Amino acid sequence: MSAKPRIATVSLAGCFGCHMAILDIDERILRLADLVEFDRSPINDYKTFTGRCAVGLVEGGCCNEENVHVLEDFRRHCDVLISLGDCAINGGVPAMRNHVPLRECLEEAYLKSPGVYNPGGVIPNDPEIPLLLHRVYPCHEVVKIDYYIPGCPPPADAIWSAIVALLEGRPVELAYAGLKYD
Amino acid sequence: MKSSTATGVEDVCRKFGNDRTRMMDIVIAVQRRFGCVSTEAMELIARACGTQRVEVESVVTFYAFLSVKPQGRVVIRLCNDIIDWMKGYQDVADAMAKELGVTMGETTADGAITLTHTACIGMSDQAPAALVNDVVVTQLTPERAREVVRDLRRHLDPSQLVTMVGDGHNAHPLVRSMVRNNIRHRGPVHFAEFESGSALRRALARPPEAVVKDIKDSRLRGRGGAGFPAGVKWELARHAPGERRWVVCNADEGEPGTFKDRVLLTERAHQMVEGMTIAGYAIGSDAGIIYLRGEYRYLLAYLEAVLDERRRAGLLGRDILDTPGFHFDIRIQLGAGAYICGEETALISSCEGLRGDPKNRPPFPVEKGYLDLPTIVNNVETYCCVSRILLQGAAWFAAMGTARTTGTKVLSIAGDCRKPGVYEVPFGITPDELLEMAEADNPGAMLIGGPCRQMIGPGRFSGRICYDDLATGGAIMIFNRARNQLEIAEHYLDFFIEESCGHCTPCRVGLIQLKRLVHKVVHGAGEPADLQAMRDLSRFIAQMSRCGLGQTAPNPVLGALDGFPALYEGLVAERKPGLLSTFDLASAVVDAERRVGRQSQYV
Amino acid sequence: MQFVLDGKTITATPGQTILKAAEAAGVYIPRLCAYKDLIPHGSCRVCSVRVNGRIQAACVQTVSSGAIVEHDTEELREFRRDVIDLLFVEGNHYCMFCEKSGLCELQALAYRFGITAPKYPLLNPKRDIDMSHPDVYLDHNRCILCGRCVRVSQDLDHKNVFQFVNRGLEKRLQVNGEALAATDLRVTDEVVASCPVGALMKKRVGYAVPVGDRPFDAQPIGADIESGKGGVA
Repeated sequence: MSAKPRIATVSLAGCFGCHMAILDIDERILRLADLVEFDRSPINDYKTFTGRCAVGLVEGGCCNEENVHVLEDFRRHCDVLISLGDCAINGGVPAMRNHVPLRECLEEAYLKSPGVYNPGGVIPNDPEIPLLLHRVYPCHEVVKIDYYIPGCPPPADAIWSAIVALLEGRPVELAYAGLKYD
Repeated sequence: MKSSTATGVEDVCRKFGNDRTRMMDIVIAVQRRFGCVSTEAMELIARACGTQRVEVESVVTFYAFLSVKPQGRVVIRLCNDIIDWMKGYQDVADAMAKELGVTMGETTADGAITLTHTACIGMSDQAPAALVNDVVVTQLTPERAREVVRDLRRHLDPSQLVTMVGDGHNAHPLVRSMVRNNIRHRGPVHFAEFESGSALRRALARPPEAVVKDIKDSRLRGRGGAGFPAGVKWELARHAPGERRWVVCNADEGEPGTFKDRVLLTERAHQMVEGMTIAGYAIGSDAGIIYLRGEYRYLLAYLEAVLDERRRAGLLGRDILDTPGFHFDIRIQLGAGAYICGEETALISSCEGLRGDPKNRPPFPVEKGYLDLPTIVNNVETYCCVSRILLQGAAWFAAMGTARTTGTKVLSIAGDCRKPGVYEVPFGITPDELLEMAEADNPGAMLIGGPCRQMIGPGRFSGRICYDDLATGGAIMIFNRARNQLEIAEHYLDFFIEESCGHCTPCRVGLIQLKRLVHKVVHGAGEPADLQAMRDLSRFIAQMSRCGLGQTAPNPVLGALDGFPALYEGLVAERKPGLLSTFDLASAVVDAERRVGRQSQYV
Repeated sequence: MQFVLDGKTITATPGQTILKAAEAAGVYIPRLCAYKDLIPHGSCRVCSVRVNGRIQAACVQTVSSGAIVEHDTEELREFRRDVIDLLFVEGNHYCMFCEKSGLCELQALAYRFGITAPKYPLLNPKRDIDMSHPDVYLDHNRCILCGRCVRVSQDLDHKNVFQFVNRGLEKRLQVNGEALAATDLRVTDEVVASCPVGALMKKRVGYAVPVGDRPFDAQPIGADIESGKGGVA
């Protein structure tokens, strides 16, 4: 096993935009690859943890039971957990359903909305489909989160400087230009 | 053709001179007549008074006793203060709800009866109590509650619920209430005999400045709880520039557990009105307002009669007691269910026909108060003191009490004791003495001054009731050792959340977050860091809020943290890493489980 | 007359508020509900300062000669940050798609205070959006109850389009009619531009300023006052 610090990333109830922003660090990704080993992440398509990680980057909030399970798993395996982007931090766009009862959400999605073809009027119940939570939670309302990098998506520079700071043993601090909610 | 609503509403507006500053009177009258202030009525009022509908709506929606949507012909408002809880509120509420076939907040299907709850109605000495429209029903039991409902269903006439009248003026034909005075200890200021006009004659025999000096020499401090020297207030108002000056009486004792002004209004109305008249003479005012809390509407007709009687006797009106040029008269302004209106600037807003939002200070009411004119606001008890001071002299008054808090105090004592009621005692008395007088039952804590003040444990029972130690506007609640201080703190947070005017951020939003923290700890999910977070947030709300409500609302929490630390500390624990103690997956998926008919694989 | 602000002697005119006097001296005291020369509302409490030891709203409190005013202290920074935090969790603030993003004073204050995540649990209230008016919309999700629109409509537009209804946490903005379209609001009214957040917005002009060029993209709110160029509001 490599002696390099390990990094894990995941997209929960997110759109993968924050992962695109990670890739937006451009050629610095080569330096990153020198500095760290990627563990569980869509970047290398590892589906499970292979060891303890120094840093976990979490995109998206928790909208279903599987998100919660995965987030708990990240908390267990990562020394430092970072909420990456607005959805992880405040639920983001998925949280717009938070004042709508779950029944109405399901009916809108599967029965009522324009273009739906569902002659049986069945709300899907495949065990492969995780059960929805009654509302979307930001990650820090589910597990302890150590740092936050807001933005939709966060600026690549902010992500890069946060990772470098952590690898150098410094706390994450965002410059004014790196702190954005949009 | 005009609708009957239109004619009725226009009549009401005309009665109050189509004057938008009399908006409270107008909307209260419309509510009473039509059971609500509908959108149509608001439009009509706005047109009659030359304002906009949204202005009217802003007033109507502020007060708990007013409603845009129709309510039942009879509205039962169960008092849900902590004392009522201790005396069986829940069983009474359940009995009523079951008998009516509704849940709390609902109206029966026939639109006849609404069941709801309300904050302290000033009946803690005879709890559980309720307002049935204006009629006060006390000492309820589940059986009595069912009877009340059955009777109301038959006649829909709350006044018929009064089968036995209380003592003193509660039996007066214009009061006819089952309320009891429960005067347990009579002192020399309030419960000695008082002859109408006697104090006023003394005042009018001397120049106004001398009367102000009397009040200053007596070192009378406002009895509402803040304790501002009354004489200083009067002098400031007397010298403030303005075309007119106003004398306002705060008869809005809303602090939970306070009911002594109720008794003074019932038994000492003349003494109080005389005190206001003396104040009018002293500061050069010709007009006064008694702001009577909506909960005490059952005293309105009686108080109006007192004013009339005094007008006939030459004690109010023009050239009072044949003193040329001294004119003074009083109107009664009803409130409509808003604790915040006990705050003097909110009270003034309400008198002006506005939402009961406190005003920014400065300017202070003594400079710019009611309608921007110099105004003094004192409470019922303070004005009663004024009359006695004029009769007995400042030195006589100042000789009672402690060095810095002179005179006597009327206390409302309730809770876990055998003799709840009203006690007039000298300032400086100790909680221990009060516990003995009231025959307390295994006392573990006392709430001195209501939830806005302080909860004390036995360690402070030997302190003194005065402004330098244990200040109170009159409320003393006794809790036995079995009572849960945390539940009491949480209960009163709910009260303050409900009564916040919502103007400033720290109070409006801070309190709900404080409540969440307390709830978390009370329900066993707390961590040690939460205790510090509670303190920090409490301090923030207390320091940053605009008015006294927000500034004192965290006191129940701080009181429990400081006075009963073992309670909180026993409930918090460091948590295992993993899911937070506040996140419960099982309850977060229960709705989805039910919808799709399958159990979560992660719970 | 003179007073002391964080140890510096500042000259003020009688009747001037602490907020305005500080601003004239190039000191930015953060604020939200304060607007132009309207009668101060004193509701948001962001501009809280300690005056002779007691916390007061700088927008309300007039300068008294010789007063000792504390403004940039750690305690007050924390308190102000808390106010901003509380306003964020009270409403539904979705900056990621809000047309006001980059021009929003609430967001700008959060940037200035370095807020990265809500400190308190989100309340996620159910609130409405009023799209009835042809030129203006009102999104209650974003309203912070600062009362600017209430006062501007009354005092500058000489109308009475807005008022507050209900109390406490239920308090919300109400319009004088069934919906905005039923009021006498015009898109040219001063009130439309007065909203510090994205609650009251002109239709069809969103995202007009590119990201990067918006007022608070490069410089924090208040930087103009601190550089001596005068305030925006």
